[in-house]
Amino acid sequence: MRTPSNVEPRAVRIGMRIGTGVVLAFLYVPLFVIVLYAFNAAQSQSWPIEEFTTKWFGIAWRNGQIRDALGNSVKAALSAMSIALVLGSLAAFAVHRFRFFGRETVSFLLVLPLALPGIVTGMALNAAINFGGQIFGLSFSLFTIILGHATFCIVVVFNNVIARLRRMSGSLVEASQDLGADGWQTFKYVLLPHLRTALVAGGLLAFALSFDEIIVTNFTSGTEITLPKWIFNNLRLPNQRPQVNVVAFAVILASFIPVYIAQRLTEDRRDG
Amino acid sequence: MSSAAVPGQRSVFRRLSAWLFAKRRTKLGFLLGPPMLWMAIVYLGALAVLFLTAFWRQDPLTAEVTRQWGIQNFKTLADGEVYRTIALRTAGIAAATTIICVILAIPISYYAARIAKPRTRTILLLAVVLPLWSSYLVRLYSWRVILSGNGFLNWSLEKLGFGSLSISYSNWSILIVFVYLWLPYVVLPVYAAFERIPDSLFEASADLGSKWPKTFRRVVLPMALPGIVAGSIFSFSLTLGDYIVPQLVGNTQFIGNVIYQSVGVANNVPFAAAYATVPVAVMALYLLGARKMGAFEAL
Repeated sequence: MRTPSNVEPRAVRIGMRIGTGVVLAFLYVPLFVIVLYAFNAAQSQSWPIEEFTTKWFGIAWRNGQIRDALGNSVKAALSAMSIALVLGSLAAFAVHRFRFFGRETVSFLLVLPLALPGIVTGMALNAAINFGGQIFGLSFSLFTIILGHATFCIVVVFNNVIARLRRMSGSLVEASQDLGADGWQTFKYVLLPHLRTALVAGGLLAFALSFDEIIVTNFTSGTEITLPKWIFNNLRLPNQRPQVNVVAFAVILASFIPVYIAQRLTEDRRDG
Repeated sequence: MSSAAVPGQRSVFRRLSAWLFAKRRTKLGFLLGPPMLWMAIVYLGALAVLFLTAFWRQDPLTAEVTRQWGIQNFKTLADGEVYRTIALRTAGIAAATTIICVILAIPISYYAARIAKPRTRTILLLAVVLPLWSSYLVRLYSWRVILSGNGFLNWSLEKLGFGSLSISYSNWSILIVFVYLWLPYVVLPVYAAFERIPDSLFEASADLGSKWPKTFRRVVLPMALPGIVAGSIFSFSLTLGDYIVPQLVGNTQFIGNVIYQSVGVANNVPFAAAYATVPVAVMALYLLGARKMGAFEAL
């Protein structure tokens, strides 16, 4: 572990500390402000908030549109995550275990949907769905949302799994084979326990990525509503603002769950 | 061993794995086939359709796409002053966002990598990553509320005696929000780059008589450059491909807004596809440059 060095003069240390504080305030003040607005009694968005209430929570809770949108988002995120877990792991195994022509291209191809600007991925899928509609009756639906989300989620699972495989000693698999385990047993008793936390982390990231996505989703969803799409459509309507505020509050709270799980997982590893 | 109780099943697995072990090509095919087929069909296929569609046209009478080859979409783009202005504005704000993100990322990354104690470092990194988990749209929405005329920003500025600003729905607010949204993506690779510089280099530079500013300029920055460029790929590409931020906090159009409206309002998919090739080209150039500077190894 590195001991704090004394290379930096005092002024530099203080300056860096102030810069760090400013950046942290910049990152967190907006989140605190929007959390407070969920309790704003008034429909107007002016600051300071005059009167606080919790009445919008009940109204948002009973809103059928929000529930449908949430249901769609969860369905899309779970499906995209499952597809990404399978395909991302397979690709990671292949790249890790084999040397083959075009091996470097694999990770490049996988990262492309995230590396290219969102509008390009969205527009490409939109053009393809339109084309597919003319050729074999493909239509904009939850299915096409999942197609798009899974495509850019594969790389996050791939990255997590391959990083873990690289850290894992190859002799473990050989030992398992020498002791007479078949391929399935080696996978189940040796590989899977090692990869568990990497799969959970990659899966959570894929879920979160899909759950939040709006830029590509607008191009692949047609009239299907997801939670981000509901927020996007309603945040400009003055009488819907209070409910948008509540949904924003809930989304911020929910985002702590995966971070908490990831944190717990790393603690588990330390204990084990 | 429990599976010995079912010899039939076991021998099937055994024979299958023995067969696969011998046939490494087949095994590779089983592993690599599904993900590569998915990417080839869904993604490369879609990109291919995008480039094809860009050369088709919309029938002016029926508004249907007709598969008739031609470069008229690109001609419209090249002739239209407005499309050039929009493309330049998009790339310009993407570049400005990237530069500001890097400037803001340097102190916090340096502090976390070199000055903070291990415990503080962990907390700092968590604090940087945490906003990435909360929704893009919610973070954008919070700025829309804060920037509005009688919102939190103007209230704070007035309390501090600076008077109020009228930057809501302007390029300034677009810039602020982009910097806010993408800053964590830039901090992480920059931090990793600072972290990798060995202590001995700082000491060597000091021993050779350099004061900190010179060490920073001549040792730290050149060594961290690949990481900084790697981080800049994110902020640049994400800004280039965004149309939600300009629509919600700005009053000007980005490439994405034109594409989104061409598809959603005018239903002119071929024209939208043609304009979408512009960010592809810009990004290809950017990535080529980034690779030259060694940014891919720093990702």
